[in-house]
Amino acid sequence: MATSVESGKIEGDSEAVELLDVADTPSVDYKQISSDGLWTKNAALAQLLGLCPLLAVSGSVVNALGLGLATMLVLTSSNLVVSLIRHQANETIRLPVFVMIIAALTTCVELLMQAFAYELYQILGIFIPLIVTNCIILGRADAFASKNPPLVAALDGFMMGAGFALVLVALGMIREALGLGTLFANMDLLLPFAGNWEITVIHDYSGFLLAILPPGAFIGLGLLIALKNNIDDNRAQRKAAREDAPIAGSKRVRVTGNIS
Amino acid sequence: MKLAKVTSPHLHGNNDTSQVMKLVILATLPGLIALVWFFGWGVLINLLWAWVVALGCEALVVKIRKRPLGYYLNDYSALVTATLIGLALPPLAPWWLTVVGVGFAIIIAKHLYGGLGSNPFNPAAVGYVVLLISFPVEMSSWLPARGVEGAITPGFLDSLKSIFPLFGNVGVDVITQATPLDQLKQRPGLTISEIWLPGSAFGRFAGVGWEWVNIGFLIGGLFLLFRKIIYWQIPVAMLGSLLLMSLIFWGGSGSEGHGSPLFHLLSGATMLCAFFIATDPVTAAASHRGRLIYGAGIGVLIYVIRVWGNYPDAVAFSVLLMNFCAPLIDHYVQPRTYGHSKNDHDKSGDS
Repeated sequence: MATSVESGKIEGDSEAVELLDVADTPSVDYKQISSDGLWTKNAALAQLLGLCPLLAVSGSVVNALGLGLATMLVLTSSNLVVSLIRHQANETIRLPVFVMIIAALTTCVELLMQAFAYELYQILGIFIPLIVTNCIILGRADAFASKNPPLVAALDGFMMGAGFALVLVALGMIREALGLGTLFANMDLLLPFAGNWEITVIHDYSGFLLAILPPGAFIGLGLLIALKNNIDDNRAQRKAAREDAPIAGSKRVRVTGNIS
Repeated sequence: MKLAKVTSPHLHGNNDTSQVMKLVILATLPGLIALVWFFGWGVLINLLWAWVVALGCEALVVKIRKRPLGYYLNDYSALVTATLIGLALPPLAPWWLTVVGVGFAIIIAKHLYGGLGSNPFNPAAVGYVVLLISFPVEMSSWLPARGVEGAITPGFLDSLKSIFPLFGNVGVDVITQATPLDQLKQRPGLTISEIWLPGSAFGRFAGVGWEWVNIGFLIGGLFLLFRKIIYWQIPVAMLGSLLLMSLIFWGGSGSEGHGSPLFHLLSGATMLCAFFIATDPVTAAASHRGRLIYGAGIGVLIYVIRVWGNYPDAVAFSVLLMNFCAPLIDHYVQPRTYGHSKNDHDKSGDS
């Protein structure tokens, strides 16, 4: 969450940076893309896309991080590939083409996880193949990657995926801490060197099963969305307060004489 | 001449919210006395602690929502929620169990949905279900009632110590036992007459103690009916459908029996549900016919979950499931508008 909050703040007080890219897009705002993906149009908190995996596998940090990284990888590469063939895939065939690209990439990620994180692969189960049906991926392919040059599209995919993964991990942390009283348990399933990362937040904790069960996911996500809306509201209010400040001095418009 | 600018209705009863809520709390008294007698002072300590937690949570949320504190605390609705949870908790429930249950009920089930009058689910039932699925061990450790063989009803100080173990775990010798509903359900191959022995947890009609607790709540409920605090439709429909279900699927006292109708009517939280939980006007159906359907649904669900489900008692689950259905019931069962005849219904479109 911390990083997404910071990146959101950057967006507020920076001017649009115009950068010239390839010929077919006159200007690309990289900062805008990043802040949209991480905060403003966050896939999980603002667009509410991909809720099924988000709610189902955020029971612990390691599950959440595993699925978050897998989704991010598929999203970035699918955006890149879709953007590369955007002139060849015309209106009539674009959706099947996109879906096949995404399915192929998901299969790659699935095989990668089988090879390097087999136990986590087994825990995540059906939700790895189901990345194909994640609406964020097809949504970004159709709405963004098919209209933008490759590098920009890849950045968008990466940022959208990172925003989704961050929310997944945040929700995973809340649910694991509340439900089991630990944080980063079994991280070695994903990262072999992280075996001793486990933090016991509350000692002698008897466990709060509700946080692990589906209702905990819904309540946690609801609270995260409320937090985001609250932060956005506060920022908008502060911005409005700054702009509405009356200008000191005379308010009359000078119409005669020499205006320097 | 000075005319008061108020809209109708111009006749006011003195049944405002706080008055109603106070009467509801008062009406739990007979049941509470029976509970305290059979299960010890822990029930009362739980209840008082639940009140403290409820007022604290209510004050906290009202403060955060920037609403007038006194106005909201004076409507007693938080106390009713706390009373219902406090009465439903096991007699020696640890203090944090009450905090989690009541806190969840007040903060999440009531105020996050908009506060009193806007909550789609009964806060007390939500709080209880949260506890039941999160802490099954703590929630099922009931004491055997006074009068059951081997039962020790702890005194006031012992109850206090085991609810608030401030100085480490002070050992209080108590035996916990499955409730009669649980025992009737978990009897591998035994007939009902084999487990219904003198000195066992079963008394005259239902569990020892439980029958009197239920009769106590029945008396309180009749008082509420008499004072016209609650409508008769929900309790009558609920108890009626539970009676009907338990008559149809009774099965006698053999190994296939599911308990007599009287056993089901006087066990667990049946009466507490019928008069105090299901009758919550906010979360129930709004029309008279709708209330009949709503109550009957709760009764059927209680029996289905008790007999064929995984939980020994099912009051909170049934109430929540029917809370889900209440808007649907209200949509299909709309009362006739005053001044229209029954036949107008088809002809008049949406005017």
